[in-house]
Amino acid sequence: MAIRLVFLGKLADLAGTGERELPAPLDWAGLIAALPGPLGEAVQQDRTRVAINGLLLADKATLTAVDGDEVALLPPVSGG
Amino acid sequence: MKLRCSLPSVAVDMARDVRLLTTPFDPAQETAAFGKAHPGFGGLCSFVGEVRSDDAVEALELLHYEAMTLAGMTDLADRTIARFGLLGLLIIHRAGVMRPGEPIVLVSAAARHRREAIQAVDFAMDHLKSDSWFWKRELRDGAWTWIEPRAQDHSDLSRWA
Repeated sequence: MAIRLVFLGKLADLAGTGERELPAPLDWAGLIAALPGPLGEAVQQDRTRVAINGLLLADKATLTAVDGDEVALLPPVSGG
Repeated sequence: MKLRCSLPSVAVDMARDVRLLTTPFDPAQETAAFGKAHPGFGGLCSFVGEVRSDDAVEALELLHYEAMTLAGMTDLADRTIARFGLLGLLIIHRAGVMRPGEPIVLVSAAARHRREAIQAVDFAMDHLKSDSWFWKRELRDGAWTWIEPRAQDHSDLSRWA
């Protein structure tokens, strides 16, 4: 088992894929270390939010993901 | 099935119709059905958003996130129903690739009085635009470009704080 990362919106373009797996467990420092370059910079921007299993984190730095979790990286929305 | 239950959440469920579609829909048909489903309203207000065809946009794509988008829309619908005391609320939002002239979103609100219906639609649309899990990109001259959120969307949202 692993952690599934989901890249939404333009983050998928930066990642070159919509999804990726990372080994568990995973915290915020581990996530940033796994995403270098423009993708990592975009993920660290204030307006990029993080959700675990569909639940938004109030503070993404508190990320703690374990085996089987789905971690979504959500850039600013533009709907409607 | 007849439900005999006084829990508020059940009343909300019966008033609420929220759909996320990946295929085209007909707003006139949906609005007519919605009106029939809520007899006795004093006012019904509907808003239809379509892909604009006034510039060089060939297509528009709306992406969503399975784990959050519909859940967020449903939560928004419940808040809208509670805030304006609605008899019924319909929210239909498209995802996927759309061409100019295609409907993107429909919001219909039925209330005892007109002002609640009108304001509920305005409230729901402001939140769908700037506070729902959708990402939009446009196809121009064969190239896709992500649409960044507009400052206007956030000032629209602050009207309801």
